[in-house]
Amino acid sequence: MYPELGQFTLILSLLLASLLAVVPLVGAITGRDSLQAFARPLAAGMFVFVALAFAVLTHSFLVDDFSVAYVANNSNSLLPWYYKFSAVWGGHEGSLLLWILMLAGWTLAVAVFSRRLPTVMVSQVLSVMGMVSVGFLLFILVTSNPFDRLLPNIPADGADLNPLLQDFGLIVHPPMLYMGYVGFSVAFAFAIAALINGRLDAAWARWSRPWTTVAWSFLSVGIALGSWWAYYELGWGGWWFWDPVENASLLPWLAGTALMHSLAVTEKRGVFKSWTVLLAIVTFALSLLGTFLVRSGVLTSVHAFASDPTRGAFLLGLLAFTIVSSLTLYAFRAPVVHTRVRYGSLSREIFLLLNNVLLVSSMLLVLVGTLYPLVLDYMGGGRLSIGEPFYNTTFSPIAIAVGLLLGAGIFSRWKKTDGGWLGRRLLWPAAISLIVTAVVMLGLGGFTPWAFAGVLTATWVAVATLADLWDKSSSRHGRWHGLRRQSRSYYGMVLGHLGMAMTMAGATVVSNYGVERDVRMSPGETAELGDLRFTFSEVGERQGPNFVAQYGRFDITRDGKLVATLYPEKRQYRVQRNVMTEAGIDAGLTRDLFVALGERVGDNAWAVRIQYKPLIRWLWLGSLFMAFGGFLAIADRRYRIRERSAGKVPADSGKLEGDVVEAVS
Amino acid sequence: MRRVLLFIPVALAVALGIVLFAGIGKDPNRLESALIGKPVPAFELADLQNPDAVHHDNVFKGQVSLLNVWGTWCPACRDEHGDLVRLANVEGVRIIGLNYKDNRDAALQWLDRLGNPYALSLFDPQGKLGFDLGVYGAPETYVIDAEGIVRYRHVGVVNERVWLDVLQPLLQQYGGQG
Repeated sequence: MYPELGQFTLILSLLLASLLAVVPLVGAITGRDSLQAFARPLAAGMFVFVALAFAVLTHSFLVDDFSVAYVANNSNSLLPWYYKFSAVWGGHEGSLLLWILMLAGWTLAVAVFSRRLPTVMVSQVLSVMGMVSVGFLLFILVTSNPFDRLLPNIPADGADLNPLLQDFGLIVHPPMLYMGYVGFSVAFAFAIAALINGRLDAAWARWSRPWTTVAWSFLSVGIALGSWWAYYELGWGGWWFWDPVENASLLPWLAGTALMHSLAVTEKRGVFKSWTVLLAIVTFALSLLGTFLVRSGVLTSVHAFASDPTRGAFLLGLLAFTIVSSLTLYAFRAPVVHTRVRYGSLSREIFLLLNNVLLVSSMLLVLVGTLYPLVLDYMGGGRLSIGEPFYNTTFSPIAIAVGLLLGAGIFSRWKKTDGGWLGRRLLWPAAISLIVTAVVMLGLGGFTPWAFAGVLTATWVAVATLADLWDKSSSRHGRWHGLRRQSRSYYGMVLGHLGMAMTMAGATVVSNYGVERDVRMSPGETAELGDLRFTFSEVGERQGPNFVAQYGRFDITRDGKLVATLYPEKRQYRVQRNVMTEAGIDAGLTRDLFVALGERVGDNAWAVRIQYKPLIRWLWLGSLFMAFGGFLAIADRRYRIRERSAGKVPADSGKLEGDVVEAVS
Repeated sequence: MRRVLLFIPVALAVALGIVLFAGIGKDPNRLESALIGKPVPAFELADLQNPDAVHHDNVFKGQVSLLNVWGTWCPACRDEHGDLVRLANVEGVRIIGLNYKDNRDAALQWLDRLGNPYALSLFDPQGKLGFDLGVYGAPETYVIDAEGIVRYRHVGVVNERVWLDVLQPLLQQYGGQG
């Protein structure tokens, strides 16, 4: 009974989405307020019914309703309740439903937090969100219904959730990632609305900015969680594999980073409009492309869902329709006239332009690397995949260039920056970075050009960011007063850039100074890694809720003193019969110690991988810093003032009121 | 003229779309399309009941059979076991069992308790033949004709419906019996 109800609410939300896609838009074009007034209630209604459907599916999982095919394929009665809950998005159908729930949630958020926008804009933006929702609701109802029943042959028990996914990381990773992916639909909807209106002005950029920033922040957290999960769950201590699906999440992140920066220029200076609107479209298009790559089975990946040609074709149709129609609209409507605003050849505009060029180049690079095998296959060259060396040798130089420019760009001014002044301004930060880098290199022992460049860039970004904070916070009333006077969006930027420096430092150090050894060990034996002694003291067995684990006990000592005791496991899951390696990790801010139990070789000996991973936590901490910076930026006063003065100003004077706010902040 | 440049993104998107469309349906992982119409991969596996006896791929010659991949660790296999016993005893289908990544004692106990539908049981603890066949997981059932050619692969449980709709017609087509 309940599953049918779930399907029914999905159909209802499709109806509401169809109305949302049409009615407010017609109202906006014909100028009828009565039609535009439907936008918000329809958005709310769509969200309520999608949420109901999601709740119904969750219920089916929690009560072990194996008559529902999706539940039978992805759950089992032995599964602990929290994994039953996260199994809701453990397969294609359910994760698609989560995707749609997020989309409906973002649509609702736009409806709620858009009191200050002109009615016409709200109607158009919500209508575009409605169109996207129609596409995905049709997709789920036609090709991937999560409520399909297995009647009358109800299986006695479920096939269980893939053991790889039975983990805390899976509970949080997909929702964060989808929040980011889907969040870019808001910036996309704003771009489309602005193109329809022909009003690509500063107000459009200002409204798009917080939505882009918050979506980007979620995506940053999602990617970091995914990388962390891969590190401890896939078992061998890597943190980024340049897997097509990882790349699929990196693509919109890179485009979104470029979009955030170019929106800033468009808002402040009114230039780069066509470029910014194109980026907004491309960023969302890349989110859709990522969804397609994961679900259509065109690429091999550890993450890919079961492939199904119908789904792939439907999704590609959806993707093609969205992207081709929006890019065609762009081609006809984007402004081509030269703006009157002038800026010098050395100015913040130019620095941000270079930032965009580099970010977009790196995005294209990853895109080419990801799709090259497909293109080659299309040309008849057979299937192959591009490995890490390609990305490492091409991506790293761009990342370093971005960092070096960032440090200089922070000090630059809008319109025109004096070259000599900038050079003098950069002298001290450059000197400090070089000294710090030299010290760090000596401390780590061993010089390589790549490690030097990476550490120098990271230090340079951090030092320049802090130096700029120091400059800006000087005040007659003392340092504390000066620090407090800075806006939250400025602190957001500082945190974001410091986060980037941390991530770069972590990535460089762990790639260049990490040590790993594969050894054959029997209980009682000892292996050495630097000044650390790893003693394999015993093997044992323990029972989990739905698995049996063999574990090894490793005592790690330095100079006879115990540093950590780790229990890496090999788990055998009962239902799917998969063997999972559960690494033993001693995490620390400066280094991780990592032990993974491999295959059993010989009677009592095991293949063991021991690793020393310096600064690896910085990778993910840096991403969290970046995300937190984004959240801080949208908590800025100028966005709140607009909310507070909501009651006083008539609804469609947003442009005017926006300018007032601009003058205030 | 400048507006023409704005059409570049849409042109690129269309080109990419064509390539992606060509990629759909060509599953990079799947082996089954490659195996269908081809002989069963060569193998040499011990008999489940009699560890000293060894079977080769010629066990499929001469008569159309089903090859059923199963294991005691697989709940869905227990689910379909009753149907398999019925197929073997009532319909007279020749079923060859492939005991996949399993434990010999547990497997023998299972057959003792639930009945043995298999004309012959292959014991594949390391999943060698399973790997060559491209087995995703148990249960899977293959239709193999009298020449030892793989004709069909069924993933999942064999039940009354699957038998009537899919397997019986195939057995009749390839073996003239069923």
